Amino acid sequence: MKFGIVTFPGSNCDYDAHHAVTDELGAEAVYLWHKSHDLEGVDVVILPGGFSYGDYLRAGAIARFSPIMREVVAHARRGGPVIGICNGFQIACEAGLLPGALMRNVGLQFVSAPVHLRVENSDTMFTNRYRVGDVLRLPVAHGEGRYTDDAENIQRLEDEGRVLFRYVNAKGDLDPAANPNGSVNAIAGIVSAEGNVLGLMPHPERAVDPLLGSADGLGIFQSMMAHVSA
Amino acid sequence: MSRFRVAVNISPRQGILDPQGKAVADALHSLEFPEVRDVRVGRFVVMQVEAASADAASERVREMCDRLLANPVVEDYQIASVEET
Repeated sequence: MKFGIVTFPGSNCDYDAHHAVTDELGAEAVYLWHKSHDLEGVDVVILPGGFSYGDYLRAGAIARFSPIMREVVAHARRGGPVIGICNGFQIACEAGLLPGALMRNVGLQFVSAPVHLRVENSDTMFTNRYRVGDVLRLPVAHGEGRYTDDAENIQRLEDEGRVLFRYVNAKGDLDPAANPNGSVNAIAGIVSAEGNVLGLMPHPERAVDPLLGSADGLGIFQSMMAHVSA
Repeated sequence: MSRFRVAVNISPRQGILDPQGKAVADALHSLEFPEVRDVRVGRFVVMQVEAASADAASERVREMCDRLLANPVVEDYQIASVEET
């Protein structure tokens, strides 16, 4: 299984993602330069975190027009898996791969802290190694992570089981104090209608080894591995 | 072709929580402007556009807003002015 990690100008989690999928997961990975038009035969595309194009205009708004994004969108339309993490989630929304938008955190502050997430659906290619109700501890680091959409679209996400992760407290309960950015329904991660594009604000690639404080994020990458070999 | 100065206002859609606007409103209240009720903070974009007419210029800028300058999920935009320069 080969991962492709897109490097935009301003990406800063591309090396972490590379480490997660090669050293920890044992898969193959290549960096894909934003100006390239070639996905180099990768099975999965990771849009990593960072501050692509300095977050100018809106986070992710400019990156979405990078040459490589045309290929990433085509890959996704063919059913190819894409994971957008943090800034990558913002880019995926701007590119129309996922619904909704990520707005300024409710507290106006950049939040860099470990958070707890509850797994809401384990029947996806990204979460099959978890169980519903599992509480994961992953770091967040963002200033614009408040997931928003109109009420009808949010209801559709909920009804279709497309909210995969929700911010909860350590006990796994919904708690306004545990929602770091004010996301609607404490949404931390969603999947596309076709089930092949995941977007999440927390950083699973930074939680792949107990040495990093948590290995809870590895399950996302292991799930994809299990999905492909199934 | 003439050149036009086109100004666009982009603001958070009504009903969308704007914490930046709320923070500014709170600050204005503490500066003793109690009359302030609702503040929304957006962006103001000014550009020079070559076009055959003012209408043609605004039509193109509208397209730019739909595709890049505004995010229709959470923002509204208005062309504030079109002036030949």
